[in-house]
Amino acid sequence: MSTAVAPVRTSPAERGGARVPGPRERAGDRAFRLVVSGFAGLILLGAAAMAWQLTRGSWRTWAAFGPKFLWTSTWDPVNDVFGALPFLYGTVVSSLIALLIAVPLGVGSAIFLAELAPPRVSNAVSFAIELLAAVPSVILGLMGVFLLVPAVRAVEPFLSRWLGFLPFFRGAPYGVGLLAAGLILAFMILPYIAAIAREVLLTVPRSLKEALYALGATRWEVVREVSLPYARSGILGAVFLSLGRALGETMAVTMVIGNTPKISASLFDPAYSMAAVIANELAEAAGDAHLSALIAIGLVLFGVTVVVNGLARLLIYRLERP
Amino acid sequence: MNAAAYARRRAINALMLGLTAVCAALSAGVLLAILGYIAWKGASSLSWSFLTNLPKPVGEAGGGIANAIVGSAKVVGLAGLIGIPIGVLAGIYLAEYGKGRRFAFWVRYAADVLNGVPSIVVGLFAYALVVIPFKRFSAVSGSIALSIIMVPIVLRNTEEFLRLVPASIREAALALGVPRWKVVLRVVLPTAGRGIMTGALLALARVAGETAPLVFTAFGNRFWDQGWLNPIATLPLTLYNYAISPYEDWHRQAWAAALVLMLFVLAVNVAARLWLKPAQGSAH
Repeated sequence: MSTAVAPVRTSPAERGGARVPGPRERAGDRAFRLVVSGFAGLILLGAAAMAWQLTRGSWRTWAAFGPKFLWTSTWDPVNDVFGALPFLYGTVVSSLIALLIAVPLGVGSAIFLAELAPPRVSNAVSFAIELLAAVPSVILGLMGVFLLVPAVRAVEPFLSRWLGFLPFFRGAPYGVGLLAAGLILAFMILPYIAAIAREVLLTVPRSLKEALYALGATRWEVVREVSLPYARSGILGAVFLSLGRALGETMAVTMVIGNTPKISASLFDPAYSMAAVIANELAEAAGDAHLSALIAIGLVLFGVTVVVNGLARLLIYRLERP
Repeated sequence: MNAAAYARRRAINALMLGLTAVCAALSAGVLLAILGYIAWKGASSLSWSFLTNLPKPVGEAGGGIANAIVGSAKVVGLAGLIGIPIGVLAGIYLAEYGKGRRFAFWVRYAADVLNGVPSIVVGLFAYALVVIPFKRFSAVSGSIALSIIMVPIVLRNTEEFLRLVPASIREAALALGVPRWKVVLRVVLPTAGRGIMTGALLALARVAGETAPLVFTAFGNRFWDQGWLNPIATLPLTLYNYAISPYEDWHRQAWAAALVLMLFVLAVNVAARLWLKPAQGSAH
């Protein structure tokens, strides 16, 4: 029975890090460890398989067009000529509009929730914001089609009257277009920014804030001079994380962006996004070349989100280990 | 002079803090506006026959979304059967065996990558993996796509809740001579059970609303599905197709479908929160 006692020599915390003692490990333990390691390996395999499938599926496109695929703007499935620039442009611009709106709104909300609101209010409002993150994107798209697009169409003439000297605010008020897509994306990423920024702001040490209060600073001055600088990298992480979401968001954008592959400076004009073109065209792809071009767009989307999310994680990790 | 400067600072303080309150009110207000508007537009079209009938032929008014509700249940259910065990077991690996190991680092990294990949790209992967080889859109391919989205969510959540289980509980069981696998399965896992199940439920609610990965996997169907290897209707996809259609009657049905979907997602989220509260209190 002495073997039964042997594995207990070290504490679980230590054993987690130490090499598992080979001969002493019981058969059952070994089998269990191998099974759970196998399932963990499945995840590695899944991510690798995804990268490989996307690369393999888009090979034909890269062979035919090379990197030119990314900066030409002809999208002609009939003649098998493909350039993804209009989609890249639509994705990037709509995501930037979303950030422009959602970052101030989200960080402002977070400041209110973390620094000002009494706990009950803060919890209730935080829950409402969390629920907003749970609203399926197709429902936001539905709201977009029937509520946001008419609203944008109504507002655009005023925008062009007052801000028409800028090239972004010129042209016919279609309603559908980059502006509508950016707005709906803003609603989608707002909860992420608000929730993460709130959590980050809650980690600011009290002693730092109290030190400034003791010097006679107002609450806003404490927020500006202590809390925000302290939380800067975490908030930046939240921004990157939500940028990753915005770049890949599909349904809501597809429903309001207008689905027209052209590049124009005006935010009023219909455009197209990478995710939207995949959603619209893949099921009815005209042929292998078309399919390959769509998968190539998927690969670009995959690569970009991996990089953006990696940056976000880096920024947020750094915060967790001050 | 000093008093004036002080008054100015106080005014700025009030202004900026007021602005942050407005931001918070706007953010929470968006949710209320969405809920209210969907309830208002959807409630009038929601009826028993809407929930239990098949869609009518194109152009004919009326009909329901029964096939989409059943289809969503099937596709999401199978996704859960695939995704939840993988996520939980891999989570057990990370929490119980993974500390400081290089392999665990890469698994975590891969889970992060999968978590960040847009759902449309996951759909593309399922398309290349299942739809192309079988040469047909199918319920199974949709489930596989959704399960890939679930795995990283379940995994993260499982790992987090397992880490909350105090080491003393593990040590007590080990000291009694219980083999380690039994300690994990019979002591640690039940202790964290409520949190893990809640997480799995939230993951199910999340993928129940996913549309993008289903567009070219489950594909949709206006009739009852013909088994797992054929196209199947799902709630979010039906909603999408109705919303972008030119028919007034389909728009009406889209709102009703949105209400059904929204109620489900809300119910799960609120239930999960209420259920989890007491557990978090007793875990420490």
